[in-house]
Amino acid sequence: MKQRLVVIGNGMAGMRTIEELLKIAPDAYEITVFGAEPYGNYNRILLSPVLAGEKTIDEIMLNDLQWYHDHHITLHAGHKVAGIDRRRREVRSEQGISASYDRLLLATGSTPFIIPVPGHDLDGVIGFRDIHDVDTMVEAARQYRHAVIIGGGLLGLEAANGLMLRGMSVTVVHLSDTLMDRQLDSIAGQMLRQSLEQRGLQFLMATQTEALLGTERVRAVRFKDGLEIPAELVVMAAGIRPNIELAKQAGIHCERGIIVSDTMQTYDPRVYAVGECVQHRGQSYGLVAPLFEQAKVCATHLAQFGIGRYTGSVTSTKLKVTGIDLFSAGDFHGGADSEEIVMKDVARGVYKKLVLKDNRLQGAVMYGDTGDGAWFFQMLRDGTDVSDFRDRLMFGQAHIGDSGHGGQNSAALMADSMEVCGCNGVCKGTIVKAITGKGLFTLDDVRTHTKASASCGSCTGLVEQILASTLGGGYAAATQDKPLCRCTDYNHDAVRKAIRDHQLTTITAVQQFLEWKTGDGCHVCRPALNYYLIASWPDIAVDDQQSRFINERAHANIQKDGTYSVVPRMWGGLTTPDELRAIADVADKFKIPTVKVTGGQRIDLLGVNKQDLPAVWFDLNQAGMVSGHAYGKSLRTVKTCVGSEWCRFGTQDSTGLGVQLERITWGSWMPHKFKMAVSGCPRNCAEATIKDFGVVCVDSGYELHIAGNGGVKVRATDLLCKVASEQEVIEYCCAFTQLYREQGHYLERTAPWVERVGLSHVRQQVVEDAQSRRALAERFRYSQQYYQKDPWAERASGGSDAHEFTLLKEVAG
Amino acid sequence: MSDWIEVGRIEDIPRLGARVVRTPQGNIAVFRNAEDQVFALDDHCPHKGGPLSQGIVYDCKVACPLHNWRIDLASGHAVAPDEGQAAVHAVRLQDGRIFLSLR
Ligand code: SRM
Ligand SMILES: Cc1cc2nc3c(=O)[nH]c(=O)nc-3n(C[C@H](O)[C@H](O)[C@H](O)COP(=O)(O)OP(=O)(O)OC[C@H]3O[C@@H](n4cnc5c(N)ncnc54)[C@H](O)[C@@H]3O)c2cc1C
Ligand code: SF4
Ligand code: FES
Repeated sequence: MKQRLVVIGNGMAGMRTIEELLKIAPDAYEITVFGAEPYGNYNRILLSPVLAGEKTIDEIMLNDLQWYHDHHITLHAGHKVAGIDRRRREVRSEQGISASYDRLLLATGSTPFIIPVPGHDLDGVIGFRDIHDVDTMVEAARQYRHAVIIGGGLLGLEAANGLMLRGMSVTVVHLSDTLMDRQLDSIAGQMLRQSLEQRGLQFLMATQTEALLGTERVRAVRFKDGLEIPAELVVMAAGIRPNIELAKQAGIHCERGIIVSDTMQTYDPRVYAVGECVQHRGQSYGLVAPLFEQAKVCATHLAQFGIGRYTGSVTSTKLKVTGIDLFSAGDFHGGADSEEIVMKDVARGVYKKLVLKDNRLQGAVMYGDTGDGAWFFQMLRDGTDVSDFRDRLMFGQAHIGDSGHGGQNSAALMADSMEVCGCNGVCKGTIVKAITGKGLFTLDDVRTHTKASASCGSCTGLVEQILASTLGGGYAAATQDKPLCRCTDYNHDAVRKAIRDHQLTTITAVQQFLEWKTGDGCHVCRPALNYYLIASWPDIAVDDQQSRFINERAHANIQKDGTYSVVPRMWGGLTTPDELRAIADVADKFKIPTVKVTGGQRIDLLGVNKQDLPAVWFDLNQAGMVSGHAYGKSLRTVKTCVGSEWCRFGTQDSTGLGVQLERITWGSWMPHKFKMAVSGCPRNCAEATIKDFGVVCVDSGYELHIAGNGGVKVRATDLLCKVASEQEVIEYCCAFTQLYREQGHYLERTAPWVERVGLSHVRQQVVEDAQSRRALAERFRYSQQYYQKDPWAERASGGSDAHEFTLLKEVAG
Repeated sequence: MSDWIEVGRIEDIPRLGARVVRTPQGNIAVFRNAEDQVFALDDHCPHKGGPLSQGIVYDCKVACPLHNWRIDLASGHAVAPDEGQAAVHAVRLQDGRIFLSLR
């Protein structure tokens, strides 16, 4: 017989747990759910936009009744559980329905704290928690004029905004003199208050409520200072209390919330608890992101996978009031042992404060421009050491330029019809609609459903902001633990470590050793594993062609019409009349429609039929040309300028050095593409300062630059060091390349890699520690022995992969 | 049945790979998965016509080489949330020989 799982509370945390459970163990339990509210599970977060008239209840349903039916879940909607009998393992609802369990999940959420002032039980005095409360408010707005909100926190302000939009005259009463004082410092709180006042809200700050007046329905509010104002609706938004009544009654250990372990179990191991009702390591959470993390851990434990542990969350907040842009995360008050970086421009309505301790972000508050919120939040959670770029930190990621969306960096200011994703033509309205209509919570969800930010990724920041302003918080999975793909829970570093430590040399071996959840992986993990294997064991691992993207498998770039492009190598951008003649002959012979000079100083032949590739390569090989790897996660081009040989300003032989570098490094596989350039003087005609490895020649030697990037996100290089001879340039280049090959994550270019590990780390390994540098360069050369072969020649001779370039069969008409 | 056409042997297609059969109705991609099952689809992605034969094959799916839509090899349906279908052709494996029936 199947095990029986009973869930009490069909809210966001409880149902998320069930969804996660169904994903990994769909048949493990017979599931029964009790929910006090007479609906399926809805997105509570979006009650604010419903109140504001921006959404309807139908639009915010996450799991409707049909969903429960489709998944064979018995739902007792509208049934409040009255008691748990742990000895008989049975729960009973107020209506008298009972259910037995093998495992029990408590997800009872929390209840609004109603301040026990005289009159708190009058009609028209409510909290803001569920659909019923929203109905009450909408109804009151039709009949009455004056509303008072007690509590100027997130919920209070969203309620106030909604009621104002529904035509009421709204006063917000707040105990302290800063709005949202749990999320904002006094300056940001002040700016927020001003803009809400401009919209028509009224505030009574540092004011304490004494009594609610009225006989049946509330009529007015009186404050400690004697002031009395009219109110036919009072919303108490003075905080929430974990809903632990039921658990306490059943003798389950509670303090402020139900005490749970890292596996989300209460003191009775058959009884789990997730959500706002929980207290974990002394913390209770009132935002969805941490509850979802709990849900995931709880589900894996229920499914008896038992690998995940919940270790607590750092949260971030956004106020969901359309047009107001604020963000806060972590501990932003700071203290004696922390430092602050502050930027304030009141006229522009922008304020930012970052709190640092030991060069790591502790907290952030931003008002008016939250474009970098997601970036700061990620560094905060990862504990990134920012010392290498602390001087530029405040200016955000955008200080390095932001092509792709015209410099737009505030989603709040965008109209619904404005384009967010330039690759796939997705506008803001479409994204918001998908988030609310389809119940999306993460960047990944938005990517799969709308394609926004799924191609080049330059609009990722904007999409994250739209998510945050629609849902009110950061929902990305904690980045450090982000698994390589959906087939595994291990991240890139863990996979690489296992490959090295346990000498795994085939994809199957890795998948078995790390207990891959899918049989043969997927299009995301297989190319990554293949790279990690050949990079770790160049002499042993067999390159698995079926795990390579088509471009690398066919050694040419696929084009939109299914034809291919061919780019032969032109060492350092140099060519000869003979090479040019051979290219021209090939273009004629194979009727190649387009011949183009690329941005990488060489020539591209576009529109070649796949079956012709080996013959095209054969002809190019005859003229001494080899593959340019324009298709590979590998060394691409080494751009050069004319240098001292011809140029009147040239200080060194940049062309010759570029040719040498390309001859040494070509053919090597990398985590992502890798580009180099050598400029003959600081005029830098070869654009060396936006390359993965760039050399700028000066009179006294060579400046070595690393981690530059053109493309989606322009990033100028960091100066690695200066050296005196060409020999040193080559050694440093090999060492840097190898460090990247060993430590970069698959599909991570040098720019994000160096930002992740820190420039100091790279300097330490490549510059300061000479022994490490020599060893790295040595490992690079060792690997090149195996990989510096022209893949075109191997195939043009008909030797390898012949099946790749021929039809299986031609069926005549 | 007479309209089964022999197109090759299973070893002619790499495991987790595909090859193309050219027919008067257009190209057909014949796939082989890890379990040595074979499937045949029009070599034409329902998104923008990408050649599915060039994609990465895993499980019972292929990821289109152009924009990564995933297509179920047995039904030809795009994996949700994408929507669309590639035409499916009947295919049969007998003693290691692959037979295709054109629609
Ligand atoms: C052919 C070429 C355009 C041209 O006609 O000039 C080109 C063509 C493509 N680029 Fe590029 N890029 C070309 C130079 C560049 C440059 C300029 C350069 O190298 O100096 C850049 C900016 C510099 C940089 O990379 O830092 C560039 C930044 C990109 C990017 C963005 C990379 C990034 O990190 O942001 C992509 C997308 C990607 O790799 O994911 C991309 C991707 C592509 C792809 C591979 C798109 C694709 O996946 O199909 C195009 C392949 C076309 C083909 O079949 O040949 N291409 N691409 C250039 C080939 C150079 C060569 O000789 O190998
Ligand atoms: C207006 C509003 C706006 C919000 N905005 C945001 C935001 O922007 N960002 C954010 O991250 N979070 C926001 N939140 C908080 C978020 O909604 C909660 O953190 C989340 O819903 C908590 O999930 P839960 O499952 O723990 O509780 P709930 O979703 O409240 O679910 C608990 C359920 O259990 C039921 N229940 C309780 N006792 C019993 C019983 N004895 N028997 C049967 N059923 C019972 C309740 O009726 C309820 O349906 C907001 C909340 C509100 C009210
Ligand atoms: S060549 Fe580069 S810039 Fe041009 S369309 Fe293709 S990817 Fe975009
Ligand atoms: S053509 Fe196949 S995914 Fe776009």
